[in-house]
Amino acid sequence: MASASEAHADDHGHGAENARETFRGITHDVTKVNLTPIGRWWYPAFGISLLLLGMLVVAVTHLFRTGIGIWGNNNIQGWAWDITNFVFWVGIGHAGTLISAVLYLFRQDWRTSINRSAEAMTIFAVACAGIFPILHTGRPWFAWWMIPHPNDMGMWPQFRSPLMWDVFAISTYATTSILFWYMGMVPDLATLRDKSKDKVRQVVYGLLSLGWRGSARQWHRYERAYLILAALSTPLVLSVHSVVSFDFATSQNPGWHTTILPPYFVAGAIFSGFAMVMTLMLPLRHVLGLKHIITQDHIHAMCKVTVATGTIVGGAYAIELFTAWYSGNLYEWFTFRNRILGPYAWAYFIMVSCNVIAPQFFWVKKFRSNLVFVWILCAFINVGMWFERFVIIVSSLARQALPGAWGYFEPTKWDFMTLAGSFGLFGTLFLLFVRFAPVVAMAEVKAVSPAAHAGKDDH
Amino acid sequence: MEAETQAHDDDKPAAHGNGDDHGDAGETSTDGGDTELHGLLAEFETPGALIAAARKVKNAGYTEFDCYSPFPVHGIDDAMGIKRTKLPLVVFGGGLAGLCGGLLLQWWMNAYNWPWNVSGKPTWSLPANIPIAYETTILLSVLTTFFGMWAANKLPQVWHPFFRLDRFAKVTDDGMFIGIEASDQRFELEQTKQLLVAAGATHVEECHTDARPEARSVPRAIYGVMIVLTVAALIPFALAFKARASKSSDPHWHVFSDMDFQPKAKSDQPFAEFADGRANRGEIVGTIARGNLRADDAYYRGLRDGQWITELPAAFKVDADKLNRGQERYNVYCAPCHGFDGAGHGIVPERVALRGGAWEARNLVSSDSVVIKMPNGQLFNTISNGFNTMMGYAAQVPVDDRWAILLYVRALQRGQNATQAELPAGAQVR
Repeated sequence: MASASEAHADDHGHGAENARETFRGITHDVTKVNLTPIGRWWYPAFGISLLLLGMLVVAVTHLFRTGIGIWGNNNIQGWAWDITNFVFWVGIGHAGTLISAVLYLFRQDWRTSINRSAEAMTIFAVACAGIFPILHTGRPWFAWWMIPHPNDMGMWPQFRSPLMWDVFAISTYATTSILFWYMGMVPDLATLRDKSKDKVRQVVYGLLSLGWRGSARQWHRYERAYLILAALSTPLVLSVHSVVSFDFATSQNPGWHTTILPPYFVAGAIFSGFAMVMTLMLPLRHVLGLKHIITQDHIHAMCKVTVATGTIVGGAYAIELFTAWYSGNLYEWFTFRNRILGPYAWAYFIMVSCNVIAPQFFWVKKFRSNLVFVWILCAFINVGMWFERFVIIVSSLARQALPGAWGYFEPTKWDFMTLAGSFGLFGTLFLLFVRFAPVVAMAEVKAVSPAAHAGKDDH
Repeated sequence: MEAETQAHDDDKPAAHGNGDDHGDAGETSTDGGDTELHGLLAEFETPGALIAAARKVKNAGYTEFDCYSPFPVHGIDDAMGIKRTKLPLVVFGGGLAGLCGGLLLQWWMNAYNWPWNVSGKPTWSLPANIPIAYETTILLSVLTTFFGMWAANKLPQVWHPFFRLDRFAKVTDDGMFIGIEASDQRFELEQTKQLLVAAGATHVEECHTDARPEARSVPRAIYGVMIVLTVAALIPFALAFKARASKSSDPHWHVFSDMDFQPKAKSDQPFAEFADGRANRGEIVGTIARGNLRADDAYYRGLRDGQWITELPAAFKVDADKLNRGQERYNVYCAPCHGFDGAGHGIVPERVALRGGAWEARNLVSSDSVVIKMPNGQLFNTISNGFNTMMGYAAQVPVDDRWAILLYVRALQRGQNATQAELPAGAQVR
C-alpha cells in the first residue's frame, strides 16, 4: 500500500477519508510483515544466524568445561577479545537509546520510523554484551556472587570497584531498555491482536498487549510515562558507557588512566550504534517494503549524526595523543607512540581510517544518497569501532611499564568462534523480532503524521 | 464538516445490521435476552471530530465515558477534562527510594556489616559509592514508572465489554470512538444516542454483556491448570525440604567441578606411572631438603658419640620462659597419662581402672623410678619416639618444646624429692 506516503505528502489532514486511509496504510504496511508469509530472504538469513549461534554454544560449552585458557588470553593479556567484544556490543546498544529517548526529548519526530527497531537492536546488543563479562571470569557459575544477597559466607560485593559499577549500570540499562521497548510496543501489539486472523496469534498478541484499548485516559498516563522513561534513559545511557570506561580509567595502566575516557567512550558508542542502525535498516527497509516509512530523509539524518560523532571520536584520538605528549609522563607517551609505531600499529591505522576518515564522506549529500556506498561505509565503521576497543585494551596491556611483562596477543579459533557466535545470537534475536514484533512504532508514526490533525479547527 | 459526518454509516459491513437508525441492541451481544447493557459506542471519522464530540459529551455532564483512538490524539485531554496524572510524583518517590536504598545498601554492606579495608582508606567514602546510587535511583524510577503506569491504567485487563463489538477492532487501526457507559448517572439510552449522533458520530452501537452466570464464570479447565501449576511449583520446595530433613550417604552433586577433581596424584595414593606404584616420592638420595639437615646430634637426637647425653644440649637455652613453656606443653601432652604431678595418676589410667581395665602409666617422679636415673638424651628419645605402649611425640611436639618438657619433668622430680633442708627459708613443711 504505497498510498501511505502519498497521503503523507498531499493530505493536510482535512479530508476525513484521506486521514483514515493514511492510518490504514501505516497499519497495513507494518502488520503485513508479521501477518503475511515473510519474504524468502528471511530463511537463509535466519539459518546462518542459527548456525553462528550454534557455534557460540559450542565455544561457550568448551569454555565452561575447560577454562579461559582456550582463548589467546594469558597473564599479560588478561583482557583481550572478551572485553573488546563486551565494550563493542554495549556501544552498539547506545544508538538505540539515543534515538528512542534523547531524540524524543528533543521532539525529533523523524525518529518514530526507526526507534522501534533501534530499541530492539539495543536490547539484543546488550544481551550479546552481557555474556562476555560473565564468560571472561573463568568460573561463570559464581557470577551471581556479584548480586548483593545474604549468604552463609557472610560476604558482600565490593561496591567501590568499577567492575561492580558495571554490574549495576549494565543490568539497569538492560532492564530499562526492555521495559521502554515493551511499553512502546504494547499499542502496536494490540494492533497485531486486532489484525490477526488465527487464534494462536490472537491469544499471544492479546496477552502481550495486556488488553490495550486505546482509551484517552490510558493514553494520557501512557504518554506521561513514556516521557518520564525517555527522561530517565537519557542520563542512564550517558552513565552506562561512562561506567564502562571507568573499568579502564580508574586503573593505573598507561593508556587507560585518562579522564577523557568517559565522554570519548560515549561519543564512540553513539557513533558505532548509528552505523549499526544503518547497517541493519538499509537492507531491512528494502526487503520489508518500508521505504516510504523509513525514507531517504531519515538516512540523511542518521548519516549526519554519524559524521558528527565520528568527528568527535577523531578529536578524542587527537586530544588523547596530545595529552600523552604534553603530560611529559614517560610511560603515557610511550604507550601512545607504541600504539602508532609498535606491534599493533596495523590495528591503530585500521581504527583511524575506519572511524575518522570513512565517515567524512557523509558531509556530501551525493554520497549519503548512494545507499550501497552508505552501507559499505557503515560496515567499515563497525569494524573500526571494534578495533578501537581492541587497540585500547590489547595494545595497552601488551606493553606495560616493565619490559619483562611485554607480550603479543594471538587469538585462537575459539576467540573467532565466540565473536562470530555473538553476531549469531544478535542476528537470531533480531530476525525473530522482525518476524514476530511490530518493526515500526505504528501508533507513534500515526500520531506525528499530518493526518493526526485531520478535522481539527485550529489546524 | 460535522454536518457531513452525520451521514449514516454507509460502509458498515453486512454483519453489523443494526446501525444507529434501528436503535436496537447490537446483534453481537444478544443472547436470548440474558444480556446487560454496558454502554454505547460511537464512531467518529477524524481526530478533530473526536475532540469536538468529546467536548460536547463532557459539557452534557457525562463522567463515565472515554475516548478510544489508535494513537494519542493531542487536545483530547482538555476536551474530556482529564486531570494531569500524578505519576511523576510517584516516580519521584520511587527515585528517592532508589537513591536512599542504594546508599544504604552500600553503607550497610561495605562500611557497617563488613567494613572493607582497602589500603587503609576510609570504609565509607561517598564518591566511590555515587555510580551505584545513581544507577539504583534510575532503576527504581524506571520500575515505578512502568508498573505505576500500568497499575494506574488498570492494565493488564485482557477483556473489556467493547471487545465484543467487531467494529471496535478498528480502534488500533484507524477508528476513533467514544464509549459512554450505562453506569453514568445521566445515561438514558435514547437521549444519549441522540447526543452522540448530534455530536457527529457516523455509527452508534449498543454494547451488551452476557448476563448469564456461566458466561461470567472462569472455565473449569483454567482452574484445573492453575491447580496443577500451583502444585508443580511446590515440588522444588518439597525436594529441598526433604533434602534438609533426611540423611544421605551419596556425595554432593557436582554440577561444576570447581577443580575438585584434577588429573593428579595425591599423597599416599597408588600411582601406576611410577615404578614402585606409589604416588609418594621419597627424598632423593644424597640430598637434604632445606632446613632438614639436623646435624646437631645432641639437640635433635640426644646423642654424643653414640652415647646418651647427660647434660642439656648447647642449642637449648634454659630460662624461666622455657620452664613455663615446658609446664604448659607437659600439661597438654603428658598429664593425661602421667598426671599433673608426674606420679602416673592421670585421667586416662583412672578412667580405664573405673571400667575394670588396667593402664599402667609410669611414675616419673618417685625416687626409685628409672626415669630419674635416665640420662637426658635417653629421656628425650623416649619423648620423641615412645616406649612400650607410649607413642612418640615427635610428630606433634617440636624439638625445642620436647626439651622444654624434659626440663619440666626434671623440675618435677627435683621438687618432689627435695629434703627439708633444701627448701628455701620459710617454706619448710612443719
